[in-house]
Amino acid sequence: MIEIKNLKKSFDDLQVLKGIDLTVNNGEVLSVIGSSGSGKSTLLYCINALEPIDSGSILVDGTSVHDKATDVNKLRQKIGMVFQQFNMFPHLTAQENVALAPRKVKKMSKKDAMDLAARQLEHVGLGEKLDSYPSALSGGQQQRVAIARALAMEPSYMLFDEATSALDPELVGEVEDTMRMLAKEGMTMILVTHEINFARDVSDRIAFFHQGRMEEINTPEQLINHPASEHTAKFLSNVR
Amino acid sequence: MAIDVFSELQPKDLLFLGEAALRTLEISLTAIGIGSVFGVVFGWMMSEGNRFITFIINAILDIFRSVPLIIQLILFDSFISIAGYPLPAFVSGTIVLSVYTAALVANVARGGVEAVPASLRKASRSLGLSYWQDLRYIVWPVGLRAVFPSWIGVALSVVKDSALVSVIGYVELLKASQILITRTQDTFVILTIAGLFYFALSYPISKASDYIERRWNQ
Repeated sequence: MIEIKNLKKSFDDLQVLKGIDLTVNNGEVLSVIGSSGSGKSTLLYCINALEPIDSGSILVDGTSVHDKATDVNKLRQKIGMVFQQFNMFPHLTAQENVALAPRKVKKMSKKDAMDLAARQLEHVGLGEKLDSYPSALSGGQQQRVAIARALAMEPSYMLFDEATSALDPELVGEVEDTMRMLAKEGMTMILVTHEINFARDVSDRIAFFHQGRMEEINTPEQLINHPASEHTAKFLSNVR
Repeated sequence: MAIDVFSELQPKDLLFLGEAALRTLEISLTAIGIGSVFGVVFGWMMSEGNRFITFIINAILDIFRSVPLIIQLILFDSFISIAGYPLPAFVSGTIVLSVYTAALVANVARGGVEAVPASLRKASRSLGLSYWQDLRYIVWPVGLRAVFPSWIGVALSVVKDSALVSVIGYVELLKASQILITRTQDTFVILTIAGLFYFALSYPISKASDYIERRWNQ
């Protein structure tokens, strides 16, 4: 379970998160929508301790993420993250990309890590591309490698930061299908996304962020068809 | 019967030049090796450290980059002699050449580390890699490969610049050539041969770098 309490975060003078309270239950898929600059991506970076916070707290399975005593390298093994830029390691093959963290962080043997990587890549439909370097893969394939790479650490949670927005339109589907598959398998996920239709299909709840606040959170049906906030209604009418 | 103070170039002189070329290679490779290790560390400190550290390191390295190498060699060699700790020419030459190499490599390495996108490093940290693991397995392999051609450029210029170590009495290729020229007065032939030796030392380095780059780009 991820529990966020009164989270505040600024970049220099700009406050991007103005007191967020949010709980994500195990097995839940939560989508976060909102216009650019609403703080939704920053929220993900804070959950993974990739950004420090100003005040408030984030608990992941009861562990305080920003407590100085917390071993973030250990905590991050629980939380997989997929970025807008695919961020494949350019000097490693697909299989080596996936095997690196299991080998170096979990201290698996090279053989076990490579076997695990092959299984994870097959799982996302890339069993044929084990030896390909990123430069030889399409954006959609690179993003699926990035998903496999995160899954290889056997995380309890997956965070997706606009995972499809850097992709050519014809490649969005394959990545969304992979995310759908994970949702079906019961993975707890937080998706920051601009794809409202995808969010409606896959999510248990959708949160709407507006200028650093969580304006509204509800089931997809309620939030999209009966938005309680005028900001939500305005945003939805703009993106459709 | 007149005594001839000059004598013809002999086959054994070629061997003499060859040995001197090996000494050029030895001092160059030693300086490139030591200088590159320190250069990478300085480059990393400049790219990661705070502005004050960057400023200090940069200012110090600027001295070594801007004062001509020949002056550095003579000053250092004279200084340690005056101070009462004279060193063999190879050692003091290697020290000065290594510091000079480090100063050049530091900027190259800094550029390499800074060429690695912040988001790539976030991705590796998000997998649970520690700062040092990220540096070891991602930042240096990716960043230093990006600046590999510049590093080769530095290495090749160090091979040539090592000729200046002759001024403190180290008998490398240039010094050996001068010795032979004094004896034979055959300037043109000897310098041509010395030039060919320098080329023979540098050409494999640049060929090897082409080959390595092609392999990485596959």
